[in-house]
Amino acid sequence: MVTEAAIWAIFLLPLGSFAFAALVVRPFFNRYSLISGIVTIAALGTALGFSIWTLRSVVLGHNLDFEPFEWLEVGGATIEMGLLVDPLTAVMLVVVSGVSLLVQVYSLGYMKGDASFSRYYAYMSLFTAAMLGLVLASNIIQLYVFWELVGVSSYLLIGFWHERPAAAAAAKKAFIITRIGDVGFIIAILYLFTQADAFAAAGLNAFHIPDIWEAAQPEAAAGAILGGAVLTWLALGIFAGAAGKSGQFPLHTWLPDAMEGPTPVSALIHAATMVAAGVFLVARFFPVFEQSADAMTVVALVGAFTAIFAASMGLVMNDIKRVMAYSTISQLGYMMAALGLGLYAAAIFHLVTHAAFKALLFLGAGSVNHATGTFDMRYMGGLWRHLPVTYVLVVVAGLSLVGIIPLAGFWSKDEILLGAWNGNGPVDTWVSRVTFSALLAGVIVTAFYTIRMIILTFHGEFRGGIDRELEEKAQSAPAGASSPEGNGGHGGVHLAESPWVMVLPMVVLGVGALLLGYLANPQWNEEIGIPKHWITGFLGDGLGAALGAVGHAETLDFSRWMATVSTVAALSGIGLAVLVYLRRRDQRADPLERLKPLHTLLSQKYYLDTLYEDVMVRKGFFKYFAGTVDWIDRNLVDGVVDLIGWFFRNIGTAIGKLQTGQVQAYATGIAFGVLAIILALLLA
Amino acid sequence: MVEGYNGLLTATVFLPVVGALVLLLVVKGDRNVRNFAVLIALGDLVLSLLVFGLFDRGDGADRFQFVDHITWIPDVGLNADFLLTVDGLNTPLVALTGLLGMCAVLASWHIGFRVKEYFIWLLVLQTAVMGVFTSMDLLLFFLFWELELIPMFMLISVWGSGRKEYSAMKFLIFTILGSAFMLVGIVAVFLAPGVGTFNMVALSTEATMLTSAGLLIPLSGLFWLFFVGFAIKLPTWPFHTWLPDAHTDAPTAASVMLAGVLLKMGGYGLLRINVGMFPSQTDRFAWALVVLGVVSVLYGAVVTMRQTDLKRLIAYSSISHMGLVLVGIGSVGIAQGTLTVTGLNGAAMQLFTHGTVTGLLFLAVGLVYDRTHTRYIPDLGGLAGRMPVVAVAMLIAGLASLGLPGLSGFVSELLVFLGAFRAYDWPTVLALLGIVLAAGYILWMMERTFFGVRRPAFDDLTDASLVEAAPLVLMVVTIIGVGVWPALLTDVFESGLNPMVDVLNGVINR
Repeated sequence: MVTEAAIWAIFLLPLGSFAFAALVVRPFFNRYSLISGIVTIAALGTALGFSIWTLRSVVLGHNLDFEPFEWLEVGGATIEMGLLVDPLTAVMLVVVSGVSLLVQVYSLGYMKGDASFSRYYAYMSLFTAAMLGLVLASNIIQLYVFWELVGVSSYLLIGFWHERPAAAAAAKKAFIITRIGDVGFIIAILYLFTQADAFAAAGLNAFHIPDIWEAAQPEAAAGAILGGAVLTWLALGIFAGAAGKSGQFPLHTWLPDAMEGPTPVSALIHAATMVAAGVFLVARFFPVFEQSADAMTVVALVGAFTAIFAASMGLVMNDIKRVMAYSTISQLGYMMAALGLGLYAAAIFHLVTHAAFKALLFLGAGSVNHATGTFDMRYMGGLWRHLPVTYVLVVVAGLSLVGIIPLAGFWSKDEILLGAWNGNGPVDTWVSRVTFSALLAGVIVTAFYTIRMIILTFHGEFRGGIDRELEEKAQSAPAGASSPEGNGGHGGVHLAESPWVMVLPMVVLGVGALLLGYLANPQWNEEIGIPKHWITGFLGDGLGAALGAVGHAETLDFSRWMATVSTVAALSGIGLAVLVYLRRRDQRADPLERLKPLHTLLSQKYYLDTLYEDVMVRKGFFKYFAGTVDWIDRNLVDGVVDLIGWFFRNIGTAIGKLQTGQVQAYATGIAFGVLAIILALLLA
Repeated sequence: MVEGYNGLLTATVFLPVVGALVLLLVVKGDRNVRNFAVLIALGDLVLSLLVFGLFDRGDGADRFQFVDHITWIPDVGLNADFLLTVDGLNTPLVALTGLLGMCAVLASWHIGFRVKEYFIWLLVLQTAVMGVFTSMDLLLFFLFWELELIPMFMLISVWGSGRKEYSAMKFLIFTILGSAFMLVGIVAVFLAPGVGTFNMVALSTEATMLTSAGLLIPLSGLFWLFFVGFAIKLPTWPFHTWLPDAHTDAPTAASVMLAGVLLKMGGYGLLRINVGMFPSQTDRFAWALVVLGVVSVLYGAVVTMRQTDLKRLIAYSSISHMGLVLVGIGSVGIAQGTLTVTGLNGAAMQLFTHGTVTGLLFLAVGLVYDRTHTRYIPDLGGLAGRMPVVAVAMLIAGLASLGLPGLSGFVSELLVFLGAFRAYDWPTVLALLGIVLAAGYILWMMERTFFGVRRPAFDDLTDASLVEAAPLVLMVVTIIGVGVWPALLTDVFESGLNPMVDVLNGVINR
């Protein structure tokens, strides 16, 4: 059985490598910054070992209840820090530490020669520690603490190349937009505290996550402390935080911009792990969400809309990382929709497979960038000859994303589609139907943009890479203008396969993108020693156990006709993309551009950035509202102060003028005064 | 007549002024003056940390400790005592003053103009602030409160920049105006039937507390008289306009002391006198405090967005953050259930954390200004590449200011919100928007100042030297320390605030 210390070590090891890189290597041994990378990788390797040990222990059904320790106790607000180890946690631990380890190894090659190598590993360690802390948290405030810490690591890593204005702006944007969602999360926490007395009366702690689950159950001994409309608002508050982090509409706009960060960062944080934290959060509070059909409806519809909405923008992007970023938003939409429909296990299963194939896609993009110096697909093409391993791996990951049998993505996506079709969740039937339609349509769009991306990058003629890009930019733009999509600081074109430190982690992820599906649905699973529906059953049982259920959760059986439908959808998307792109006459033009108004709308991202940044923030808020308040402050509030000062200064001068020293003037005054008194007496 | 004498607090309060006297009479030469001032500040830091460290937090401990009590003016019927003592509320503030006093002296290393005089005023200022935080006699408290004005006035008007005379005068007049209200309140309290004392310990004990019977000025009037005095100092909207001017034109060390500890005198006064001595009125007017607090939070944050001068920006953000102190105190106005110490503790924590965070922000800005000779944000940019230490310090302070967990600001804000939400849910939600705005103005400021393309003129900038980095490190360690282990402070604050909460729970009529 795994020990408590080993579980804490999973979180503390990367925290230690952060401290080491930031406080020892960076200030004193910056010339030997490779140490930072090696220490980080060693720490994460050990953390991965402990994570697998933990998973094994959870699978074997060991009792992993640990006493939390008290962090802060102020007037009835008892905030504890502890470990919540259930199947969800255990799976997430392995995913996070595993992907992180692979990405750190890859970064040895990708970030080689960067002047801020130590700083990079320090930030990456900080991120991984925070993410693992988030996954382990047993207390909602503890969870919030790490939630914000992953947010700030993301801020630091997006803005890693802080001399680039676009990177600095993207970092800020990411932090602020996610924070808008976090307000909802905090309100949920504040509401819980108002019920602290009721929790305490039932022997519960208002911040302890399993206690919150229990309080939300109508038939529980605690007598449904949380219930009714308030429960819905509580769930929606938590969902607001989740939507910000997971880039759900309308808070998704930060995620494509986050691609300004180094590509391994995009792979780890903005594809595989942190952005999935929103999905994790909803899953973590699933017993609360489940009790509110309204909240579940919102989650399902927002997820479904995001899935198709983001995918549509992925169709027209020219930057390979942006295609993948929209794809990530879309896939997170699938997970959210699944949660909204009550498909807890399917959502997490998709999170796991997505982590593998999407991280691989990003690392592939990094590998391509390593060779061409650019991320702009208009300057790529024909790369399969030069980067054969990358090509094969990206195709595997891409088809996994599209959902082609028997790759990993197929099984998890099908699980979601099938569950949506069955519609057994707490929501109304129409919600399931609408969600199902959106997700199925999403499959076609996903297939199209994925194949478009592969063809533009790897097929046809090579179109010159960064050299050509800079040349054309110099011609069309005034000197010194920075490219909006930028590049990752890898200068020059050298068409060759990336070094083995970069390829090896990709191969490992490729194996994952191929085989992870066998953790679940396949019928022939049992022959290779994995129980049928293993992962969905494992996760579902974990959820049931949390609520005190006995026995096994229901799992979905493989459905031949659903597999047929989704495969037909995927193949039609693939076929369309091949038709449009593979044999196009003009290699340099995008045939989609002929659909002028639609193409413009999509490539302008539905004008949402314009609406948010130009109309709402710059004009509405900054220029008019803040401008007015500022004017009031300077002229009215401070003006009154200056006016009072001016009044007293001048009244002094004015009264002073009366003191002329002339006896006649004084006598006149006295005479009028006496006259006034006499008049007053007479009239009274 | 000596009624109890421990001596530690007397030493803590008067060491700086004695040092100033020695400086005046004995020490010669700028270098010696500087070294001696550092020595005194270090000594006072050690003393203040002793106060904090030796303060008995145990359950059975006395509420007030380190009592220095000497009868002072008994003969003319004034009954004023020399009474220095601390409970859990002022102990951390004493430590804060010691810390920031040290930072202020170190930040003045490069002062080259009338050096001796400068350090004398700085040390006198420290004595005054220490005095405010330890006096438990209203008259003595008032004397220290007024004493603080003179050195600050001199520091701004002589060593400041820009419209320094205007700003110094504005600071002086505003505070004196507030003091006038406070003095009326103090006299009225003393003259109340059956009181005849300035002893704040007695006045905040339930049995000997002021009652509404036979007062010249009704209790509510007294409450507001004191409130105005403290609200100007805090400052609360609409009494805030002196702050941006004073900060902008003050030298770095004065800004650090002003934002770090002088504003805290306002918050401390509110907790000690308004909440402690007028619990029924605090309960009655809690809604008004919350309204003022929320307005300050949002108004301050919105105006901060528009600032283009680094110091003005931080000054306005202080108004926003000090609004949270009022919101936290507003937690007293709960409609049902028992009042807990959460919100008040948050307010007190906010005093400490804002002191360290804003102190650090001003220290970092001071270093930027020293090197670039501008605080105008559009002229800056890309400094992180040349000044990584300053950039990291600024970033940590900024993140603490926007309430990032793991840093001190988060704890105080969380406690304020937890406490206040129970009493006034929607106003608290409005105040929460302040933290989104804070993320906006802090990160935008970082982007424009430290990130992006660097102007060629800044290519030769140097990073903080060892002496300059020392106060930065001191503050960063405090900010992270409190953020990771907040119980270190909250437990102490709680021991001071719990008796107040008990009184409040007895007085509040529902």
